[in-house]
Amino acid sequence: MSRADTLAPSRVMTLLLVGAGVVLLAAPFWFTFVFATQARADIFASPPPVWFGTHFLSNVQLLLERLPFWRNLGMSLYVACMTTALNLLLCALAGYAFAVHEFAGKKILFALVVGSMMLPSFLNMIPNFMVMDLLGWIDTPRALYVPGAAGALGIFLMRQYIGSAIPRDLIDAARMDGCGELRTFWSVVLPLCGPALGTLGLITFINAWNNFVGPLVVMRSVEHYTVPLALRSMQSPNNTEWGALMAGSAIAMLPLLVAFVFSARRLVAGLTAGAVK
Amino acid sequence: MINPDSTLARADAPTAARASASRVRWRKLARRLAPYAFIAPFFVLFTVFGLFPLLFSIWLSLHQWDAASGLAAMHWVGLENYKYAITDPWFAKSLLNTLWFAVASGVPQHLVALPLAFFIHMSLKRGRNFVVGAYFVPYVTSSVAIALIFTTLFSKDFGVINAIIPGPPIDWLGDSFWARPAIALVVFWRYLGWNVVLYLSALQVISGDLYEAATLDGASRWQQFRYVALPLLKPMMFFAITLTLIGNLQLFEEPFILIPPDSGVATDVMTTAMFMYRMAFSDGDFGTASAVSWLLFFLIAALAYGNGKLFGKEGAADVAR
Repeated sequence: MSRADTLAPSRVMTLLLVGAGVVLLAAPFWFTFVFATQARADIFASPPPVWFGTHFLSNVQLLLERLPFWRNLGMSLYVACMTTALNLLLCALAGYAFAVHEFAGKKILFALVVGSMMLPSFLNMIPNFMVMDLLGWIDTPRALYVPGAAGALGIFLMRQYIGSAIPRDLIDAARMDGCGELRTFWSVVLPLCGPALGTLGLITFINAWNNFVGPLVVMRSVEHYTVPLALRSMQSPNNTEWGALMAGSAIAMLPLLVAFVFSARRLVAGLTAGAVK
Repeated sequence: MINPDSTLARADAPTAARASASRVRWRKLARRLAPYAFIAPFFVLFTVFGLFPLLFSIWLSLHQWDAASGLAAMHWVGLENYKYAITDPWFAKSLLNTLWFAVASGVPQHLVALPLAFFIHMSLKRGRNFVVGAYFVPYVTSSVAIALIFTTLFSKDFGVINAIIPGPPIDWLGDSFWARPAIALVVFWRYLGWNVVLYLSALQVISGDLYEAATLDGASRWQQFRYVALPLLKPMMFFAITLTLIGNLQLFEEPFILIPPDSGVATDVMTTAMFMYRMAFSDGDFGTASAVSWLLFFLIAALAYGNGKLFGKEGAADVAR
C-alpha cells in the first residue's frame, strides 16, 4: 500500500478530522464521569464543569437512598453472568456439532439458525411477555437469561472457529482413543476454543448488561430491576438528581469500558465476523 | 435421551455393526445422535421463546383481548385490529416519525462513515486500533447511560451543547421542532462507529495494488476513493444500509428515554415501536399492538427489499426476514 510518510497538508487535515471525531465521540463519556463527581447545583452551573469535582461519594450515597442500587447491580451481574455462561456452553456445543459432525438435515438446520438472526426483535416483545406471563416468570431473572441462552450469533461464531482452528485429526484421534462424544467436546475441543469463547463471552455479557427492553417488559419490582432500568426510573420531570444518576451511569459503564480497552480488537473482529465472509 | 431401540437406529445401523459387540453399536449410535442432542437446546429455546410467540402474535393480532381477563376472554375480530391501526392518526404519525428518524440519522451515518473509514484505512497505521476502538465505544455502551448523559448535555439553560453553540439557548428536548434532530443526532453518534468498523473490515479485503495502479495513473486520493474503493464497497454498503434500515425502523430506546412520556413533545418523537409498546403496556390492547408490530414488520421487509433492488441484489428478501 502506498502511504506517504511525510506530513502533507492533506494528511494533517485528515488526522485533525479523525481526531476531532474521536473527541466528539469521547466527550459524552467524559462528561458522565465529570458529572458523577459534581453536586447537582454544580452540574447546572454556567459554564458547565469540565473537570472532576469532589462529590462522588455523596452522589453515591444519594443514589443508595433513592434506589436499592447494589441489588440492581447484583441483578445485572447475575443475569449477565448466567446469560454468558449458558451461551458459552450451549453455543459451543451446537457450533461443534455444526462444524464437525455430519448429520441429516444439517444444512437446513444451520440455515434456520442463521435465519433466526434476521427476525426483528420488536416482533417478539409482546408475545414474549405473554409467554413469560404464562410460565409465571414475570419479575424473575429467569425471564431474562433463559430465552437468549443459546444465541444464533454465538452458534455461528463457534462453528466458524471450530471449523477453521481445530484440526480434525485431533478429534478423530480422541475418538480412536475411545472418547465419547461429550468427552471429546469437553476435554479436547473446548480447551482449544479459548479465543472464540473470549470473544463470544464478551459480546454476550455486554449485550446482557446493556439490555433495556427485556427487563422493561418483564421486571416489576424495583429490587429486581437491572441497572439500566433502575437508572431510568430515577428520572423525574422536574427533580432528577443528576449527580447521583451520573454516578450510577459511571459505575454501570466503567467495567465495560475497562473490558473494552483490553479487548477492543478481538471484540470488534468478533462482532463483524458475521458480516465479513 | 439417546435410546438404542429407536427406529432411527434400526433403520440406519450398518450391517457390520450388527455383528460386532453391542458396545461398538452403542458408540456408533451415540455418534449419530450426538449432533442432534448438541443443537437441541437452541431449537428448543427458539421454538418456545421465538417461533411460538411469533405465531401466537399473528393469532393475537386477529383477536380482541383484554390483558386483565385471561386467555379465555379472546374473541375473533378478523382484520379489525389492522383496520383500526391503519385508520388511527397516531399510527400514521408514528410511521412518519419513524421514517424521519430512519432518514435523518441513517443517511448521515453512511455519508460520514464511508469516507471516514477510507481515510482511516489509508492514512492511519499506528494509532489505528485506538481510533477504531474509540469510534466503537458508543455502540457497546448502555443506551440508558447514553440517553441520560445526552439529556443533561441537551439541557436548555445549563447544557454543554447550548454553552458551546452561540446564540439564544435552544430547548432541544422540549421543543417540537428540535426534539427530533436532537434524537437523530444521538442515534447518529451511537451507530457511526459500528458502520466505520463494518466499512473498515471490507476495505481490508481490497488489494492495495489497485490503489497503487490508480496512483500511477495519476488518480488523487478522492478519485481513489470514488473510483476504486466505492464500487468495491458496494456489497458491504448493501449489508450495512440494510442493518441500519432494520435497526432504525425499530427505533425505541433513545426517544423513549430521552423524552419522558408526559412531555409536551412526546407525540412528536413517538416511533412506531413506541406506539406499539404503549398500545400493549399502557392501554392493554395486545391485539392491536400485535397488528401494529406486523404492519411494521411488513414495512421493514418492503423497504429492505427495495434497498436490495436498489443495489441489484436478489438476496434482499432473505436479509429482511
